[in-house]
Amino acid sequence: MTDKFEKEPADATPPVSKEASSASATSVAPEAIKAVPVRHWGRYVSAVVVLALVGLLVNAFATADKIQWSAVGDYVFDKTVLQGAGRTLLISVLAMVMGVVLGVILAVMRLSKNPVTSWVAWVYIWFFRGTPVYVQLLLWFNLALIFPMLNLGPIYKDEMVDVMTPFMAALLGLGLNEAAYMAEICRAGLLAVDEGQTEASHALGMSHAKTLRRIVIPQAMRVIVPPTGNEFINMLKTSSLVYAVTYNELLRATSTIGSTSYAVMEMLFVACIWYLVMTSVFSVFQFYLERRFARGSSRNLPPTPWQKIRVNMMAFSRERGSTA
Amino acid sequence: MTAMVKSEGVHKSFGPVEVLKGIDLEVKQGEVFCLIGPSGSGKSTFLRCINHLEKINAGRLYVDGQLVGYRQKGDKLYELKDSEVALQRRDIGMVFQRFNLFPHMTALENVMEAPIQVKGTSKSQARERAGELLERVGLADKAKNYPSQLSGGQQQRVAIARALAMDPKLMLFDEPTSALDPELVGDVLDVMRDLAESGMTMVVVTHEMGFAREVGDSLVFMDGGVVVESGNPRDVLTNPQHERTQAFLSKVL
Repeated sequence: MTDKFEKEPADATPPVSKEASSASATSVAPEAIKAVPVRHWGRYVSAVVVLALVGLLVNAFATADKIQWSAVGDYVFDKTVLQGAGRTLLISVLAMVMGVVLGVILAVMRLSKNPVTSWVAWVYIWFFRGTPVYVQLLLWFNLALIFPMLNLGPIYKDEMVDVMTPFMAALLGLGLNEAAYMAEICRAGLLAVDEGQTEASHALGMSHAKTLRRIVIPQAMRVIVPPTGNEFINMLKTSSLVYAVTYNELLRATSTIGSTSYAVMEMLFVACIWYLVMTSVFSVFQFYLERRFARGSSRNLPPTPWQKIRVNMMAFSRERGSTA
Repeated sequence: MTAMVKSEGVHKSFGPVEVLKGIDLEVKQGEVFCLIGPSGSGKSTFLRCINHLEKINAGRLYVDGQLVGYRQKGDKLYELKDSEVALQRRDIGMVFQRFNLFPHMTALENVMEAPIQVKGTSKSQARERAGELLERVGLADKAKNYPSQLSGGQQQRVAIARALAMDPKLMLFDEPTSALDPELVGDVLDVMRDLAESGMTMVVVTHEMGFAREVGDSLVFMDGGVVVESGNPRDVLTNPQHERTQAFLSKVL
């Protein structure tokens, strides 16, 4: 069927194009344009100014004799610092998992036709998005003041101070807060999928649950993944607030060393280094994750850095081969 | 011959707007049944009622003798559960104006999806059958392409293959060529003609009068939510009796 359309132009075009090319070759001799380019003086000036300012800043840090750079080097791989970084990663990942799972549930609740569930989800989001995380962390941490006993009837009963450890307070504070944000991200993602997709799936006899799982959610992921990555990077940094509930994460670990060794600023630099390492590594991971969920939506996926290198290497070797 | 689709006084309103004002018609088994009419006449809405994508407000609609979307006990009607509606839809294929292929799946995966998920067909069996169907619509070489890499005409042919994968006893076409470039319409109509020759019962909402005349067994002209004129396509299209049909045809032919 398609052959018919492909053959006709293939037969018809060659004579036309030959005439056209021979005609243009004789009448216009193309010459490469050699013109004096416009000089952008403003760009040179601004570059010099910016470089000078950066130089001054670097110089200020490098020559400040009050900074003990050796302390930074000594403590970057210190055991307590590494443990702190590990705990930051742990609490961030766990809080994020909690946020994503709860967020998906809340998003589905909000979109459900049942007015009670959708209203409850709305109130949850209203409260946890409307109050600061810091306050929420303190609320969890001090819960024992109003509920000395945690009594879940026959299932579980214990002193609240034993349950609400710094770790639990940190996890609940960060995770429940994150769920409110994730719920809104997931809801936007689910709403972004064209209704025709649901109709097509239903018309094929697929159930609501299968339509959601196989058709809607995979497409919603493309919208959900980038802001979720953003949220995780935010979480890595926001987790420093759990300092307040005495959970011994990166910031607390470095600050403790800082106050005892009189290297307060140096230890904050160490903390910055580890936060930057974690957020940078995750950004790379996010690139590959987004690429995976872009399948089908763009005709050509962006090349990975490794693919770019390979393409460049191949072009380079071909060039060398042709000149040699 | 038995009736594949039987519509008795079907009414449908969207809020205060009454879109269908009592549709009575019968589609026989193995027939190609064309619905034509100006936009807003309710022909697409009626088509969507047949597989219960739209709930009807009054009347009765039967597919293969089964009431669509409801169960009748005595003179009381009970709404079917979602799973029961899904069971009815399995046997009714639908092709949409805007294709609605699943963009995150290749052409082959699009065709394989429903048999695996709904019928529990094994993956290898579904793949084999999907390959055959893509071959049948002339797209065997595009199996691994994503919908965004296909032309509109190719996408619509994949959509037809996807519907056929469920072995439907009835196929609904909702203006299948309206979103296509003129030069791609022919390929899709060829596939539909082929399908009609194989004996499939088809209800086609279309603006392709040539197709209706050539392939159609019955034709209905709808306007303002009612059936204005019906009969053999060749008779209605060449010699319309009603003045509204005449006015419509004089504009489109």
